[in-house]
Amino acid sequence: MNIKNLLWIWMCLLPIQTMAQEMALVRGGEFLPLYGAVKNEMVQVKDFYMDAKPVTHADFLEFVQKNPQWKKSMVKKIFADERYLTAWDGDQQVPSELHNSPVNNISWFAAKAYCECQGKRLPTVDEWEYAAMADEKIKDARKDSLYNVKIIRTYEKPKTHLLKVGQGEKNYWGIFDLHGLVWEWTQDFNSVIIAGESRNNGNGEKGLFCASGAVGANDLMNYAAFMRYAIRASLKANHTVTTKGFRCVKDANSNYLVQK
Amino acid sequence: MKKANPKSKKRLIYLFILLISSYTLGCELKGGTNTELKRSHKKSATAPADMKVYGTMEAELTAPPFVPAPVGNRAPMKLIVDLEVTEEEGEMADGVSYVYWTFGGSVPGSFIRGRVGDEVEFTLKNHPDNKLPHNIDLHAVTGQGGGAEATYVAPGQQKTFNFKMLNPGLYVYHCATAPVGMHIANGMYGLILVEPEGGLPPVDKEYYVMQGDFYTEGKHGEPGLQQFDLQKAVDEKPEYVVFNGKVGGLTGENAISANVGETVRLFVGNGGPNLVSSFHVIGEIFDKVYLEGGDRINENVQTTIIPAGGSAIVEFQVDVPSDLVLVDHSIFRAFNKGAIGILSVSGEENHKLFKSQVREGIYNPNESLVKKMPNEKALAEVAALSKDDRVAKGKTLYNQSCFACHQSNGEGMAGAFPPLAKADYLNNKDKAIDAVIHGLSGEITVNGKKYNGVMPPQTLSDEDAANVLTFIYNSWGNDGSEITPEMIKKRR
Repeated sequence: MNIKNLLWIWMCLLPIQTMAQEMALVRGGEFLPLYGAVKNEMVQVKDFYMDAKPVTHADFLEFVQKNPQWKKSMVKKIFADERYLTAWDGDQQVPSELHNSPVNNISWFAAKAYCECQGKRLPTVDEWEYAAMADEKIKDARKDSLYNVKIIRTYEKPKTHLLKVGQGEKNYWGIFDLHGLVWEWTQDFNSVIIAGESRNNGNGEKGLFCASGAVGANDLMNYAAFMRYAIRASLKANHTVTTKGFRCVKDANSNYLVQK
Repeated sequence: MKKANPKSKKRLIYLFILLISSYTLGCELKGGTNTELKRSHKKSATAPADMKVYGTMEAELTAPPFVPAPVGNRAPMKLIVDLEVTEEEGEMADGVSYVYWTFGGSVPGSFIRGRVGDEVEFTLKNHPDNKLPHNIDLHAVTGQGGGAEATYVAPGQQKTFNFKMLNPGLYVYHCATAPVGMHIANGMYGLILVEPEGGLPPVDKEYYVMQGDFYTEGKHGEPGLQQFDLQKAVDEKPEYVVFNGKVGGLTGENAISANVGETVRLFVGNGGPNLVSSFHVIGEIFDKVYLEGGDRINENVQTTIIPAGGSAIVEFQVDVPSDLVLVDHSIFRAFNKGAIGILSVSGEENHKLFKSQVREGIYNPNESLVKKMPNEKALAEVAALSKDDRVAKGKTLYNQSCFACHQSNGEGMAGAFPPLAKADYLNNKDKAIDAVIHGLSGEITVNGKKYNGVMPPQTLSDEDAANVLTFIYNSWGNDGSEITPEMIKKRR
């Protein structure tokens, strides 16, 4: 594959304005993520806007219609494995009952391209975790065991990727479905492995298998978080997973107007 | 041992010749040498690491309680193992369901069987519908994480790694993906057997039994889909402790069986995640226990410890027909949490070994003085008893045998023991006598109220039965009849 081809794939044919969905402002701050906790260093997150709902099949259909290089039949194997958009009957046939469900079997490359075509980007792991630690009432509900139990439950519940987006409660920031429907891609999804290597003698994933033994006995928060870090670490960027979708974010200083 | 005695030396030479010939003959060993080889598998001419493999075969995988065919005398081979991880709803108990995570679609996972020197090409497949990444740590593997890192696989992906079986034994495998405890608690464990060169000694029946503890949000038996309860798991307070993945996993249609005279080998594992099993079979003694699934054999064992993440091989000959009951002898787990299984043994009775119910009877320590030693004088006295005497004697008897249930005022106990005071049941004297001498069970109606209990037959002489019944008929406002020993005799 030559450079021209690569560029073709990465370029958005048409910037898509029409499908921009409602975003919510997340006020930045400091927090201690699961893996930050190992080093015991606070992580800074700046203000950002996040899609209020996961990207749906209908949203993604619109995207591939305008960017045919991301159609099932056109996509390069190195950017998405053979299960890419497997629920679709063809390049543009989305089963009607799925229109409003989160798009799944999406590779990281595809998710990234989608966001970039809207002038957005994928959230970082830290941003995602920061936004997702809020429950309906407070910014950081991780100490609430019930909140964490609720999350773990959804991880155990089968076929939640078939549910519709935006049916549950908004969280503190006004964001739906960070938990409960699908895992979501993040920009630096595999950074834990890289960071892990320096701590673990070049043995990044080991922390995910063994470090759980070090989890404080009553720290339910880490169980839910561990599962998210575990799924992220198990993936490569061209993998497409039935239970994984995505949403986009945008820096708050990029003059994005919140649509009401 | 300072010097080898001639006998064992001779055995070694014998073995050596056998081994040499086995390689030249393509390992066509005769069955009779199995035991010899088992005992000395560590002395094999070739170290397991250096054993060559001859050909390739796909491993037979079985769901519990079954195990794959023994390796017998086959040479080391390349063994292809394909194991699929599923996340699926299953039945924990009647009306109780649970989302199990499995290796191969069963809890415990598929049984894997190979021999020392086998080269295993192991592929772990994570079903695309699964939500979570998984992996496998096989305790039979010498190498990083027991294969945990090599097989860390996302949903919809598969990964393959190789290992050589070096140490014979029965090993646990389990998922080791964070959070490890939860993956194991949801059923991700199983057994892999590495047989010694020449195989384990042949037996008649082999079965696969694995204990596990489960932590549901609802209490034991609470119906519906039950969620994993992390806090209970952390506290090590399971609602279910079961064999083969569910209540009834080894009873009813899932019970295992054998015939009298057969030798049974159980491959017993314990997935945990928390509890250590005190494995016991009610009504049997283990002839042999391969302690912790290793080489060392203990004999004549009643109960063997099976650690979480450990195993044991137990063997016993079944001698008499019966339902042997497999339990965790931490006994509340068996009778209140589900850790119970049945090995049904059928065949001919052998009364030399066991005879049930040679005789039976009511044991009543207080009564013995009355019942025993009816000497001539006593019998003579009895013949001359008046009704008042009968009432007096009967009262003593009543206060020894009857009052515990029917109460000293004859009122009985509502819902449990029928009254005798003004009881319409006494209108029919034959029925009253029958109840005393033959016992009574099933539903009866007394004074318009239903009772459904059991009254055992009373071992009373005709005299005593007559006396106690006369006492009853002459107390608490009853009709004052006299019951004679002759009346009793008629109803015997």
